[in-house]
Amino acid sequence: MSEPFLIGDSMTGGYGKGPDILHDCTIAVNPGEIAVIVGPNGAGKSTAMKAVFGMLDVRSGAVRLDGEDITKLTPQERVVKGMGFVPQTSNIFTSMTVEENLEMGAFIRRDDFRETMEQVYSLFPILKEKRNQAAGELSGGQRQQVAVGRALMTQPKVLMLDEPTAGVSPIVMDELFDRIIEVARTGIPILMVEQNARQALEIADRGYVLVQGRNAHTGTGKELLADPEVRQSFLGG
Amino acid sequence: MTFNTRSAALYAGMAVLLIGTGMVQGWNTALLILNMGLISAIMSLGVNLQWGFAGLFNVGVMGFVALGGLAAVLVSMDPVGDAWSAGGLQVLLGLVLGAATVVGAVLIYTRMSAGRRRLLAMVIWIVAGFFIYRAVFDAGVDAVESVNPAATGYLGGLGLPVLISWPVGGVLAAGAAWIIGKTALGLRSDYLAIATLGIAEIVIAILKNEDWLARGVKNVIGIPRPVPYEVDLQQDPSFIERAAGLGMDPTMASTIYVKLAYGALFALFLIVILWMAQSALNSPWGRMMRAIRDNETAAEAMGKDVTRRHLQVFILGSAVCGIAGAMMTTLDGQLTPGTYQPLRFTFLVWVMMIVGGSGNNYGAVLGGLLIWWLWVMVEPIGLSLIQLVTSGMAEDSGLREHLLDSAAHMRLMTMGLILILVLRFSPRGLIPEK
Amino acid sequence: MIDFLNGLVALTNFVIIPATAYGAQLAIGALGVTLIYGILRFSNFAHGDTMAFGTMITILVTWWFQSIGINLGVLPTALLALPFGIAGTAVLVLLTDKAVYQFYRRQKAKPVILVIVSMGVMFILNGLVRFIIGVDDQNFADGERFIIGARDFREMTGLREGLAFKTSQGLTIVTAVIVVALLFWFLNKTRTGKSMRAFSDNEDLALLSGINPDRVVMVTWLIVAALATVAGVLYGLDKSFAPFTYFQLLLPIFASAIVGGLGSPIGAIAGGFVIAFSEVTITYAWKKVLVYWMPEPLEPSSLMQLLSTDYKFAVSFAILVIVLLFKPTGLFKGKSV
Repeated sequence: MSEPFLIGDSMTGGYGKGPDILHDCTIAVNPGEIAVIVGPNGAGKSTAMKAVFGMLDVRSGAVRLDGEDITKLTPQERVVKGMGFVPQTSNIFTSMTVEENLEMGAFIRRDDFRETMEQVYSLFPILKEKRNQAAGELSGGQRQQVAVGRALMTQPKVLMLDEPTAGVSPIVMDELFDRIIEVARTGIPILMVEQNARQALEIADRGYVLVQGRNAHTGTGKELLADPEVRQSFLGG
Repeated sequence: MTFNTRSAALYAGMAVLLIGTGMVQGWNTALLILNMGLISAIMSLGVNLQWGFAGLFNVGVMGFVALGGLAAVLVSMDPVGDAWSAGGLQVLLGLVLGAATVVGAVLIYTRMSAGRRRLLAMVIWIVAGFFIYRAVFDAGVDAVESVNPAATGYLGGLGLPVLISWPVGGVLAAGAAWIIGKTALGLRSDYLAIATLGIAEIVIAILKNEDWLARGVKNVIGIPRPVPYEVDLQQDPSFIERAAGLGMDPTMASTIYVKLAYGALFALFLIVILWMAQSALNSPWGRMMRAIRDNETAAEAMGKDVTRRHLQVFILGSAVCGIAGAMMTTLDGQLTPGTYQPLRFTFLVWVMMIVGGSGNNYGAVLGGLLIWWLWVMVEPIGLSLIQLVTSGMAEDSGLREHLLDSAAHMRLMTMGLILILVLRFSPRGLIPEK
Repeated sequence: MIDFLNGLVALTNFVIIPATAYGAQLAIGALGVTLIYGILRFSNFAHGDTMAFGTMITILVTWWFQSIGINLGVLPTALLALPFGIAGTAVLVLLTDKAVYQFYRRQKAKPVILVIVSMGVMFILNGLVRFIIGVDDQNFADGERFIIGARDFREMTGLREGLAFKTSQGLTIVTAVIVVALLFWFLNKTRTGKSMRAFSDNEDLALLSGINPDRVVMVTWLIVAALATVAGVLYGLDKSFAPFTYFQLLLPIFASAIVGGLGSPIGAIAGGFVIAFSEVTITYAWKKVLVYWMPEPLEPSSLMQLLSTDYKFAVSFAILVIVLLFKPTGLFKGKSV
């Protein structure tokens, strides 16, 4: 099997000088795929994603994007390399309009980004409607769409979402998942961390179950949903 | 927090500086610097209580110091009988009416339910109260101020010994601190800073303009002393004899004796306040205060009433500044509201505390002594420096003259530079906390 | 009817025009404070002295122009010198940032530490300004003093009350409108301006979006230098220049910024006018207006002055306290970090 498009390969590390939180953890995703990281609270799900994005010290192991070793790059440099990241909280500019949020997403681009903006608007029609409204005035689900839209403005080669459905109602969550599937269909690989393990695994092409910073189970979403041990421990039977 | 060898060495160094000053510039100068340095040390202790212990950002030191100065006048000056009979009671009645207006407005606000009626009631009450207050108060003030305005024109004080004014100054400052603390504590730290900055300016404005209170910019002079007068000493045969025994002429001996007496008084107060501050710091109360400073959220989560604790320490620190202010006015023998400048009485005290070591009482005291010494010495040093630099220029060069004239302002730059350098390279100060 | 007009003229002459000019000066000053607060996240105590520094450079260049015979005719020469003042102040604040503030920013020091550091900068600037230009009042306004003089107005209208409109006041209002329009155009329409707003709103996300923090900070300082100098020069032309007065302006300026909501440019402008109008109306002796407006028997005998002008700081302060008590984030929602 050839090397995946984005891989965090046997990563071990932690924050600053603190203890290791990840132990030999591997996360990967390919174009057109949705990869989901699930696990119990404190399992290091978000930490694993931050490690891939360069927000923590990876002491051994490597992160490679399209075959290139980017382990030593800062998050900002990774954005330039084509990684889009949507943090879990404070992921929009609340005092700016929806359109300005998207413009700021495209800040590193010097070319004409109007076409990308139209693409984002066609993915998230509600944003076009509210383009001149302050992002902070939108509902929780709409804010998450702004956040994802902002990250898409760089035309990333890979999109990473940290718990995109945290704190939204089940109906909004379903809608968000639909949007995420649509984004994946455009060919962008998506790596995402999710609390709602069952729903997330249902749309996942790859699933990673982490326990205490280690890979506990890996497989397609369907395989993991069918795995009795995974069902028992993480999905409540 | 203990007094270790490093601190001892630094204090010894400070003593050497003062003794050196005495030998080079004369003992009168050295003692003058020491006395004001002791008072500065007390102010610095007060600020350290607030910032070092509790992280409260008070930039209204000047106001509290000035209130202390006011206390010296109100306690020690003789009452002006004519002024009292002319309108003293009316002024007091006016003040009471003014206070009643404010209290009433607060009561209306808290007792009535929100709505248009409350607003209306408040407006009517405040407007009516204000005009009644002004009518009563202004007439009283006019009467008081017209009584021999060249010499008195104010109500005078209580005619009590001036030493009593020192604690009274603390109480006045504490009262003002209570009012500010009630409003601004619990809000963001910058807001407290602006609020204290504002109240300090207002206190000075009151001192400058309310002539009936302390003669305003006409100044109150001749505040009684807690120590003997030089002239009296010079005429005291036994004093002359003792001076001769030490080989000093009576004039010199009397000036030094008076300054030593002041120094001893100030040192006594400083030691008492330092001892109290140290005990407070090491008590459970002080430990809790530092815990709150280091992590307010955690302390709050543990059920500590942070705002209340802050109010306590804010009042205490301000009271200490008020005591120092009364001492300073006593030392000067006069209250001159025009001389209160925020750079000198607020920000310089901050430099003292930061340079000495915030959070450490011994540090704050050392900072007070050292920075005051520098403040006094920078001026002659700067002047000679500029004389040296400009010595090559022509005698009548305009630039040379300008530079020589401006040398006095170098002390501000020096203080700013010291503050920035200390914050950058030794942010914990000369004698750090722990 | 004539009485009513006379009263109106007196009101305009003594309250509305001066308060508008003063409000514009405060607003431009408060804009500088609020920008620093929004982007660099601290209350800059050196702002009053930055204003003094910029004004001082402008005055020195003005004197030089006057000595070599350059002037602007009816307009004050200081307008011509203003760009030099701005440039000088820009160099000063950028140097200060490099030498002093940058270190703490990199360290991610607590905002209050930066405030204390700015106290040190305040000392140095204050000393520097006094060292160079001295502590005395400097009057540097030249050109035509009035747009409309009181006497001309009386002759023109036949009213008893005169209306004087000083050049400096007209200039202040016009300049303020231009400056504010430029600033808002910059913040809302340009890429750099938007990136500044983004940085102020959410620093982490701005970094993630590839916004260069050093550039944002530099541009902020440049704008602040321009705002501080303009505010200082306008105030100096309108009243007069003395280093200590500028230091004291810190209080009404901060009050304006806080009343409007720290970090909110719109708020800073609103706050400036709220503070200025309250200060002027509360310390104005209303007798002059009321003798025209009140029926004869009710005409006031006293000056009808609520507070003497010496207490104008108390007015800014009282409004500040009221706003803090009832609306801690200010009239326009500012940051409450």
